[in-house]
Amino acid sequence: MTLLEVRNLEVTYAGGAAAVRGVNLSLDAGQKLGIAGESGCGKSTLALALLRLLPAGTRTSGEILLDGEDVLKMKWGRVRAVRWAGASIVFQGAMHSLNAVHRIGDQIAEPILLHRKATPAGARKKTGELLEHVGLPAARADAYPHELSGGQRQRVMIAMALACDPQLVIADEPTTALDVMIQAQILRLIEQLVSEQELGLVMISHDLAVLADTCDRLAVMYAGRVVEEGPAQQVYEDAQHPYGKALSAAFPRIGDTASRFAPRGLPGDPPDPSALPSGCTFHPRCPVALESCATEDQSLRDAGAARWAACVHVGAPVPDARSTV
Amino acid sequence: MTTPPLLGAEGTPPLLSAEGLHVTFPGRHGAARARAVDGVDLDIRPGEIVALVGESGCGKTTLARSLLGLVPATGGRVTFDGKPLDYSSRALKAYRKRVQLVLQDPSGSLNPRHTVYDAVAEGLRIHGYGGDERAAVAEALSRAGLRPPERFFLRYPHELSGGQRQRVVIAGALVLEPELIVADEPVASLDASVRGEILALLLRLRTELGLSALVVTHDLGLAWNIADRVAVMYLGRIVETGEVEQVLTAPRHPYTQALLSVLPEAPGDPVVLTGEPPDPSRIPSGCRFHARCQILASGEAERAGVADACRSKDLEVLGGGGGTQVACHWARAQVTT
Repeated sequence: MTLLEVRNLEVTYAGGAAAVRGVNLSLDAGQKLGIAGESGCGKSTLALALLRLLPAGTRTSGEILLDGEDVLKMKWGRVRAVRWAGASIVFQGAMHSLNAVHRIGDQIAEPILLHRKATPAGARKKTGELLEHVGLPAARADAYPHELSGGQRQRVMIAMALACDPQLVIADEPTTALDVMIQAQILRLIEQLVSEQELGLVMISHDLAVLADTCDRLAVMYAGRVVEEGPAQQVYEDAQHPYGKALSAAFPRIGDTASRFAPRGLPGDPPDPSALPSGCTFHPRCPVALESCATEDQSLRDAGAARWAACVHVGAPVPDARSTV
Repeated sequence: MTTPPLLGAEGTPPLLSAEGLHVTFPGRHGAARARAVDGVDLDIRPGEIVALVGESGCGKTTLARSLLGLVPATGGRVTFDGKPLDYSSRALKAYRKRVQLVLQDPSGSLNPRHTVYDAVAEGLRIHGYGGDERAAVAEALSRAGLRPPERFFLRYPHELSGGQRQRVVIAGALVLEPELIVADEPVASLDASVRGEILALLLRLRTELGLSALVVTHDLGLAWNIADRVAVMYLGRIVETGEVEQVLTAPRHPYTQALLSVLPEAPGDPVVLTGEPPDPSRIPSGCRFHARCQILASGEAERAGVADACRSKDLEVLGGGGGTQVACHWARAQVTT
């Protein structure tokens, strides 16, 4: 069953920056989709757009079907009901997303009280259960955010996202500021929760290695578009799009002698969304660009079983460029 | 036990060296003192890149700061170019011309109201540089990969991308032509694609200028990418050190093994240590890692006959020189039996 389907989503900020330019994605319940890309590629904008959290004045078009219902057409009351209860977000930077002057228990209970109209006692009980579920003692509900470590705060953010039993969890860089060991703990927790509760997970990160390890499918975004999509391991190990290749080569595999004393990156900077290059937006940084790339834009093409890449060097164009999972 | 600083593989004496270094911070309200650095020997030879790896709170940043004279050592000493560090302000000023710090988070370490030119020239002005300031700034910027440098002179940090800001910070460190740079998480806040570019820059500076570097990081992939030697730190001590190839492909300390096993592409089952690194004000007796050690927990140490030692006998400080060393009763028993 399709839990989330995004069709031809476009987001333009009030200043004219085209942050998301025609994205198609779909996700089933119990599935994990990773979205990779650099800062400014539109991946966080996409996450915010899914729950209509973008600032006023932003133009959004396309369809976002959450359980068959278009989020973009919902009335405000319905959107508020869907947030937390239908889909919730684990934001990056748990330090800044928690209110420093409220106890964490009260912060987790807040959406429960707002949505479920549970009694305060019931909400307190549920908060304790949620904290234990994410591996913190229930007694920590009385703690303030500054009393917790970075990893513990991230656990609180996850408990909060699960407070109203959503079907879809969107995790925006959930482990970026954390140490390797804490990152492994948090990723394992997320995986366990997703499989226990048949949740859909959209995980956003710039770390392709982490996404490949956690997710079923992987979409690589560049300049507001998905430029490559496919099964996570395949995209990570054998990317078809030159940008996907560069991103996966940026994380060395320890023991691989080719990357010893040879860190690999991608020269140049990501394009400015308000002044995108002509043709294929990746051509100014592309090591294998043809002359035609400066003028001809590429849409997603078939690149194997359930795989697509938007590059002139890949297979034949798909007649209907929309990808389905 | 502190071993005298060993001569390098090439027989060169270390440029910067810590001997039995301790840094303790007083506890608040009568709490126990925090032993952030609890006995460390570490050498950095000319032209060498050493990675100091560990989790948050293990003392790696405090160690780096004490090597720069930013935190006074409470025990042991730091020597640079054969001479102990002099903590008078005049001597420290001269020292900081030769050893430069590159901070993590370039957005936080640049003044938003200073242009790139001012940010890079600041060091020259502080040290009363007598030459052509403009030429020196241009040279440093182009060394750091910002070309043509004149185009960046009048830009402000907010006009630059994250990678360009980090290059400005590095240019600011290079402008005084230091012999060594200490980089604290130089790429942690940068995108994957930019990361490789900045690391390649550090390698190029070593080749072109013979620059030594101590890179403080929690990223083992970074050590594999650019470092000659790696030192793994846990709770104020270095628990394993040696050549990168050796330590990262055949780790002997259970802590290093666990750190490598949780990397996404690592083979085998990940060993996810539970809990957070313990508090430096309450360092466990015996081996400082024993409370979280998977080898001790699985009974492996018992079978090797070292479990009692793990719980009761502290290990000596590892030498700072080149050879591969490990501070673990179990790993040592493996070799001798």
